[in-house]
Amino acid sequence: MATHEFAAQESHAHTAPQGFIRKWVFSLDHKVIGLQYYFLALVAVFVGMFLSLLMRIHLVAPTATLPLLGDIKPETYLTLVTMHGTIMVFFVLTTAPQGGFGNYFLPIQIGAPDMAFPVLNMLSFWTTFLGFIVMIAAFFVAGGAPLHGWTGYAPLSAIQSTGPGEGLGADLWIISIAIFCIGALMGALNFITTTLDMRAKGMTMMRMPLTVWAWFVTAILGLLAFGVLLSAGILLLMDRNLGTSFFVPLVTINGQLTGHKGGSPLLWQHLFWFFGHPEVYIAILPAMGMCSQLLSVFSRKPIFGYKAMVYAILAIGFLGFMVWGHHMFMSGMSPYTAFAFSIMTMGIGVPSAIKTFNWLGTLMRGRIRFTSPMLFAIGFVSLFVSGGISGPFLAQPVLDIQLHDTYFVPAHFHLIMGVASIFGIFAATYYWFPKMFGRMMNESMARWHFWFSFIGTYAIFMPMHYLGMAGMPRRYSQLTEVTYLQGLIPLQKFITYAAFVTIAGQLIFLVNLFWSMFMGQKASDNPWEATTLEWTTATPPPHDNFGGHTPTVHNGPYEYSVPGAPRDYVMQSDPEIEPAH
Amino acid sequence: MASFTTTATIIDSGPPDYATRLRRARLGLLVALTPVLMLFVSFSSAYVVRQGLPTLDPRTNQLVRDWIPVTLPKLLLINTGVLILSSVFMELARRQIKGLATLSSATTAPGVSAGEQSRIPWLSMTLVLGLAFLLGQWTAWRQLAANGFYVATTPSSSFVYLLTGTHAIHLMGGILALLVAGIASLLRRSVATRSIVVDVTAWYWHFMAGLWIYILCLLEFAS
Repeated sequence: MATHEFAAQESHAHTAPQGFIRKWVFSLDHKVIGLQYYFLALVAVFVGMFLSLLMRIHLVAPTATLPLLGDIKPETYLTLVTMHGTIMVFFVLTTAPQGGFGNYFLPIQIGAPDMAFPVLNMLSFWTTFLGFIVMIAAFFVAGGAPLHGWTGYAPLSAIQSTGPGEGLGADLWIISIAIFCIGALMGALNFITTTLDMRAKGMTMMRMPLTVWAWFVTAILGLLAFGVLLSAGILLLMDRNLGTSFFVPLVTINGQLTGHKGGSPLLWQHLFWFFGHPEVYIAILPAMGMCSQLLSVFSRKPIFGYKAMVYAILAIGFLGFMVWGHHMFMSGMSPYTAFAFSIMTMGIGVPSAIKTFNWLGTLMRGRIRFTSPMLFAIGFVSLFVSGGISGPFLAQPVLDIQLHDTYFVPAHFHLIMGVASIFGIFAATYYWFPKMFGRMMNESMARWHFWFSFIGTYAIFMPMHYLGMAGMPRRYSQLTEVTYLQGLIPLQKFITYAAFVTIAGQLIFLVNLFWSMFMGQKASDNPWEATTLEWTTATPPPHDNFGGHTPTVHNGPYEYSVPGAPRDYVMQSDPEIEPAH
Repeated sequence: MASFTTTATIIDSGPPDYATRLRRARLGLLVALTPVLMLFVSFSSAYVVRQGLPTLDPRTNQLVRDWIPVTLPKLLLINTGVLILSSVFMELARRQIKGLATLSSATTAPGVSAGEQSRIPWLSMTLVLGLAFLLGQWTAWRQLAANGFYVATTPSSSFVYLLTGTHAIHLMGGILALLVAGIASLLRRSVATRSIVVDVTAWYWHFMAGLWIYILCLLEFAS
């Protein structure tokens, strides 16, 4: 591992590009690539939200005919579930926090002029973009998009004749994910190499901001997980198109033998969840890092227990690879195996609790500035706790068997993995927007956006827990005629109304984002009075990040309210703080 | 109470030196090999699991094993020898250009000349052997097919094609890197740049050789 002795002192690996294409399309600049990832995720999230709205409408009015779209058939509903989940998990939750903010700010926060391999960085974005195009193309081929869920369980996903959308649409779905994996691996390679080898002088590992730690560990998780998903995708494509039987047992469809035999659907589940559970942390760890950063900045206090936070990130990353079996308690696994997975799953609660209490400790007695980024950071902590608290329920096989196929599970993972991570993205957007675009976002609109999102999120997902406990099964398209579920229909309707209002609230964000880019108040170089290196450079940062120089780091990333300091924060590149004698 | 010293410094940026570039490229390769390793670990895991699975025979309604071991073509052993030899040549190519890079930096000093260097085209020979290996693998596939083992014939033949095919695709990446090194030479890029490309390709090539030996052992002894 490189240390600060190998401090990066090189100029930008490439000169500032001229012309629109080189500057904004095929750019090698990590900042532009970060913005490209961010806007790709923005498009993807609105596609994903639109699909979820259609799902919500169908759940309460399954026979409704929608303008332009017509009827939503049961199989179309399953397609919506599949594509909503896939687009959100891969092209939003994995893309924006890591590809977007990570790309933009990791090099600047460690004092580097760019990523280690700029060309690879550009390729990683365009590969991801291609993956998104292929995914969307699945809607427009014969049979439409697949209906096997974002988890792609075999044998449903492994045989072309299992339903509409399982033909070419499913092939495109798998190919898209394979392409995405390759892009994500190229990105991870860059993140890890850059972090280990390009830190500025004085930027020791234990002086790195928690954002950098989070992006770094997330990259390691991606490096280990996406290769496995890629292998599973290759095997699935072979089963579908070459007649092999890795995942398909002897099955009949409409009374006809398929020609496959001996394969194991559980093998797919093992490979998928070996990726799938770390993916949860790939989505949430960057948000944890970003919110740790913000809580310290806006409490005007050092982060509570910096080292503990670092070790907690590492522990979460490590344990994330040990618990995939808790997604498979329903598969008939041995009770002893289930017990082991259960214990390790609950073990993740320990580093998670350390982080939560440290966040609260950071807030305690702080001089809190309730800015919009801070509101979203506090909202993140709230959602993380609310969503996390149902984790130990589902970690117990006896409870999971009852709850697994109910709305309790979507309620859990949407809160902790989905919306919590989205809140992290919003917090980071409001926080770093001034640095990225040189202007402030409108604070009033940001506050309206926060309250719409915060209340709306709870209005959507808390009732889902009750639906689940009352026995409402997930994945089914048409339950309004089922007698024993009649009493739950008003709650389903309430969730649908809440979804409409919450999504409408996101339009405030969209307007604010684009309005502020051009009309927002001009931002100073350090409007939040923060300490990390991105706030030492010009706004927006120059092509080589620090104007031909490399900063030297003397202090930790969270030196706020330091006794004796001339102001209430000491920047990382400020003169060294020496203990009083 | 803390006090403040004025030790802040700003370092002017400069281009990265050869050692920094080489270290960074090697680190990048090490990181890049991790997912390749995970890919094959995953395939190996599937191989072991699939091997032990019974299947239902619809005629007898009994659980039976459908794993019919494939007799690997002897040609694979010759291919292995070719790949190992190519790895040796690749190492010689790496050392050759590393020496050139060292001399190149030394001869910038006045009064120092490079002297006579080895002219053996190790890189081209590696390329030829790499292509020969791929041709050999293709021939082995044809032999398997001639013996009735196609990709979907039995689970074991599926894995033979999968593992050898995936390895071949990765080796093609190495061949592409060799071509890049050759093009860099034609474009008269600096010796330092070419040396870094060859160094990283060499380590990748050695990894591919080691990986192939592992795959061959898995297919031969774990079947």
